[in-house]
Amino acid sequence: MAERSFKAEVQKLRKGEGELFHGEGILAVTKALLQSGVAYVGGYQGSPISHLMDVFADANELMQELGVHFEASASEASAAAMLAASVNYPLRGAVAWKSVVGTNVASDALSNVASGGVTGGALVIVGEDYGEGSSIMQERTHAFAMKSQMWLIDPRPNHSLIVDLVEKSFELSEASNTPVLFELRVRGCHQTGTFAARDNKRPPLTVWEAAEAPRRDVSRIVLPPANFLHEVEKIEHRWPAAIQFVRENRLNERFGQDADVGIIVQGGLFNTLNRALELIDVSDSFGDAKLPIYVLNVTYPLIPDEVRDFCAGKRAVLMIEEGQPEFIEHELNTLIRRADLQTQVVGKAVLPRAGEYTGAVLQEGVTRFLSEWAPGLAPPAAPKPPAALSPSDVPARPAGFCTGCPERPIFSAMKLLQRELGQFHVSADIGCHLFSILPPFDIGNTTMGYGLGTAGASAFKARDKRAIAIMGDGGFWHNGLTSGIGNAVFNKDDSVTVIIDNGYSAATGGQDILSSRADNAARVTKHPIERAVRGVGVRWVKTLTRTYDVGRMRDMLREAFTSKETGPKVIIAQSECQLNRQRRVRPAMRKAVSEGRRVVRERFGVDPDTCTGDHSCIRLSGCPSLTIKSNPDPLRQDPIAHVDNSCVGCGVCGEVSHAAVLCPSFYKARIIINPTRWDRLRDRLRMSLIGMWQRRAQRALARRAF
Amino acid sequence: MVQDPPGRRRITIAVLALGGEGGGVLADWISEVGRLQGYIAQSTSVPGVAQRTGATVYYIELFPKEHVSTGAHEPILALMPVPGDVDIVVASELMEVGRAVLRGFVTEERTTLIGSTHRVYAISEKSAMADGRASGERILAAARQKAKRFIAFDMNEIAAQHGSVISSVMFGALAGSGALPFPVAAFEQAVRAGGKAVASNLAAFEAGSKAAVGEVERLVDTQLLPAPTTEMGRRLLGRIHEQLPEAAHEFATEGVRRLVDYQDAAYADLYLDRIASIRELDNDAENWRLTREAARHVALWMSYEDTIRVADLKVRAGRFKRVREEVRAGPEEILGITEYMHPRLEEVCETLPAAIGRRVLASSRLSSWLRPLFGKGRHVETSGVRWFILLALLAGMRRWRRGTLRYRTEQERIEHWLEHVRDAAGTDPAAAAELVQCQRLIKGYGDTFERGLARFNRIMDAWASIKSGPDAASTLGRLREAALADEEGTALSSAITELRLAS
Repeated sequence: MAERSFKAEVQKLRKGEGELFHGEGILAVTKALLQSGVAYVGGYQGSPISHLMDVFADANELMQELGVHFEASASEASAAAMLAASVNYPLRGAVAWKSVVGTNVASDALSNVASGGVTGGALVIVGEDYGEGSSIMQERTHAFAMKSQMWLIDPRPNHSLIVDLVEKSFELSEASNTPVLFELRVRGCHQTGTFAARDNKRPPLTVWEAAEAPRRDVSRIVLPPANFLHEVEKIEHRWPAAIQFVRENRLNERFGQDADVGIIVQGGLFNTLNRALELIDVSDSFGDAKLPIYVLNVTYPLIPDEVRDFCAGKRAVLMIEEGQPEFIEHELNTLIRRADLQTQVVGKAVLPRAGEYTGAVLQEGVTRFLSEWAPGLAPPAAPKPPAALSPSDVPARPAGFCTGCPERPIFSAMKLLQRELGQFHVSADIGCHLFSILPPFDIGNTTMGYGLGTAGASAFKARDKRAIAIMGDGGFWHNGLTSGIGNAVFNKDDSVTVIIDNGYSAATGGQDILSSRADNAARVTKHPIERAVRGVGVRWVKTLTRTYDVGRMRDMLREAFTSKETGPKVIIAQSECQLNRQRRVRPAMRKAVSEGRRVVRERFGVDPDTCTGDHSCIRLSGCPSLTIKSNPDPLRQDPIAHVDNSCVGCGVCGEVSHAAVLCPSFYKARIIINPTRWDRLRDRLRMSLIGMWQRRAQRALARRAF
Repeated sequence: MVQDPPGRRRITIAVLALGGEGGGVLADWISEVGRLQGYIAQSTSVPGVAQRTGATVYYIELFPKEHVSTGAHEPILALMPVPGDVDIVVASELMEVGRAVLRGFVTEERTTLIGSTHRVYAISEKSAMADGRASGERILAAARQKAKRFIAFDMNEIAAQHGSVISSVMFGALAGSGALPFPVAAFEQAVRAGGKAVASNLAAFEAGSKAAVGEVERLVDTQLLPAPTTEMGRRLLGRIHEQLPEAAHEFATEGVRRLVDYQDAAYADLYLDRIASIRELDNDAENWRLTREAARHVALWMSYEDTIRVADLKVRAGRFKRVREEVRAGPEEILGITEYMHPRLEEVCETLPAAIGRRVLASSRLSSWLRPLFGKGRHVETSGVRWFILLALLAGMRRWRRGTLRYRTEQERIEHWLEHVRDAAGTDPAAAAELVQCQRLIKGYGDTFERGLARFNRIMDAWASIKSGPDAASTLGRLREAALADEEGTALSSAITELRLAS
């Protein structure tokens, strides 16, 4: 189980009719699912929707009471395939993941479920990881909605509206027999707000009741001739049904006063747009703008009648659509042409083609639009104040391994090995270990997707120099076992794979996986990766149970790199994720100390008088707790290395110093808190002897001192 | 005062923090205090991978409930700060203050900027081979220029004093600043509502709140020169005063102090002889820069870190005390210290009498036979009696240091270097000072030391062709920068190649 507890959030999920629910957007969605009578929920964790998965994982009891099945799916593909339950039965189901990457993984199952169509409402909640803070390729989920014909909800960031739209989305899905994508942007997921809760609803039909009375309809299966009929169904029935539902239920909204120009905006961008308008005095805090705004809470499909009504009589409309290609703008032009309107559609002409639409970006874009089409509303041109700083004045802070991270020493070892053997090709994977591509390690050539580290190295058939692939335990169970390891065995690859087994799906928040060492009442854990790897036919497998041993790690890598054995070489590097470990260990230690029990604390330090300020140690480690400070030596100029109090005593700095023969400045301090009588006696004996010597030496030193 | 139009009557707050600093908790507290005071509060952020050591912006909007007429829409609150529209910026670190300015969140008309002045160094600053730290002065100047009000003090220090986290101090500073129209009691109530570590959080909160209004005292580094404590010390100080210009006294005094500690008075005299010989050639340009820098760098080189010196520093009583303080071990707690040492055959031979050391290193059979004995790093438990005595005995070998191989080698290197310096000083004191400063390249142990020395030697070799050029000093400066630019030495190589092409 993730070391963080979500009990408080689970309690919130129990709120009933009329009670005020306060929390983040993604939690509002979580609650909305229960209010909508959802029968089953699945998904794969990842920012920004991890919270939904984590809270449900901790809400076992509540889910059982309600008769809701929850599953922490093995991958987004597993989650999407789960929606099969809504094909034959009136079961409402929801799955969630990070998009666009999760949608990529899920797309096979999504295409199938979208083709056959659904009976019960099927909702796919996607956290659109786009713009500031994003860690993935900048693409749009919109494309998936279009190609598979699933409807796309992009709600205006308001909790009450979001909660209503979740329920409406289920209805829409049922009315049009089509799965619905429910998209939340990163800031929307983390936005706090309040809404009046409703009672949770037991699903009218539970998954086990459905299983007890199986239904079969061959026309829902994607196989000829049904697959051809599905396509026709989509055009002739589902699409019109969806348009009718969206229109009748007024899912899209209108703000502002009438004018001869207007703005059409994706729902998720509305708040940012309104603030931008407010700042140029075109709107107020309640969205009462001086021009009409058509808010698309449903961004796919567009509703032709609504578009025609909005655009008719306007000289121009500004389409605010984040990301590219500008699918909505294209469709809008088509609709306007078909309606034979003369309205000019302005979009990417005044707004950037790529990147997040921040307040500043929208303010500038809207100003450009107004200056051309409604100069009366345009603000006077304001000169930009001169910059007080240039970007080079403020150092960037790339993400990096946490203090005491067990993955750091693996890359320290790799860096040391590269000094011996020269550079090698490293195929990186998705997970915290991807931080190796950043300074100070600068290791890793490509990353092709979650669990695809080994597959990403498969083209390199080694002659002299093997390629090294990295894979996390999360990625391994997600798909890496088959796509990477199995593939390498089958194709007689000679590559080296390092599987980093830290006990959690760490980068997404420390969720349990098959090989986790923790006990988990709701899941089955403790399946060693090594057994799985041997099971698919790898002969050369070595497990290192303490990654902090940099020297051994380097030697093991060297051995894998130079071994005569053919076939894939797999190293399983095990040490617990420090972030999760500290969440467990720290409170336990504090408790033990306050109870007067004997506790040993370790941490590292640097002697300022022997450190010469070269920082080799930092270049081989990059630990946040290993930092620098001004040199206390009045003669020296370069800052010295320094270990701050966040040190957790993992020992990497010392081990690196050893393995790389760096310097004798590192020391390990071992502090016994609440020592026993025996500890004290031993210490007293030791220190009396040492103290005596030190006093004598000090006297001698004083005699020959300056 | 310009009255804001009704639509703008909201308070916008941006919090810039690093992963793990509790920026999220602070945002929650701010929202909570707003709600307690009758505001609609909304916060949001983009944590993502920034949770792992990166920088994040949390954004909060507070909207007065009284401006919401019944039956109207809920106010539409924004999800990110717009440049020029931020009333309050709270930044957890000096460069984050800079980042707030850089991103345009800080404007003269409206922004109260509250920032901690301590530094959490970015990886690019930490990993530089010399001093890669960004300029804090530049950030402070920009913040003062851009903010309507700038409140700055070391919040990290206060957090540490109260065994709390920086977010509590930041919240206190926000309360104390008066930038939010709420009583301090409401802030405290929000901290209590959080329910975690309330006592220490409140203590840090209060200290932060006080620091925000009080004049923050700036510690001024007044380093007094060490005063002599012995007859010998007074004699050496007399020599300094007699033979060296005042500008060099600080470094020379420290140099002498260090060298008697390192070896003995005779060694300090040797040092002063060396400095005096350079001073004679100095024409007092740039306030005796050459002599001053020589006083610094000759002392540093002469106190090279051999195994004897390292052992000596490790066993001292003062060092034990310093470690105890640094790791915050309580008086009742027992402290053990383990060193990570890796003496190679080279280091061992350097400590032997020169003739023997040289023989071993020169004989490939002997070294290959002995090397495996020193191929492994040692965990040296200095706080244990056995290792302590071993190190203390090693430290005692100071008496015989003059006979060691390392001593001979280093003195030869120093003399060779000073010959170059003296040679240059006669014609070009600025270049001579640059030559002196090249000692900065030589640091560290083992491979690091060898790498630095090799680069130093390359520059010394290039000196012959540089010295005839018109701008020898600046060329040397450039080469030294290049030598510290990267670990692989690419920058230095290309700088030297360029030089050859130019000549």
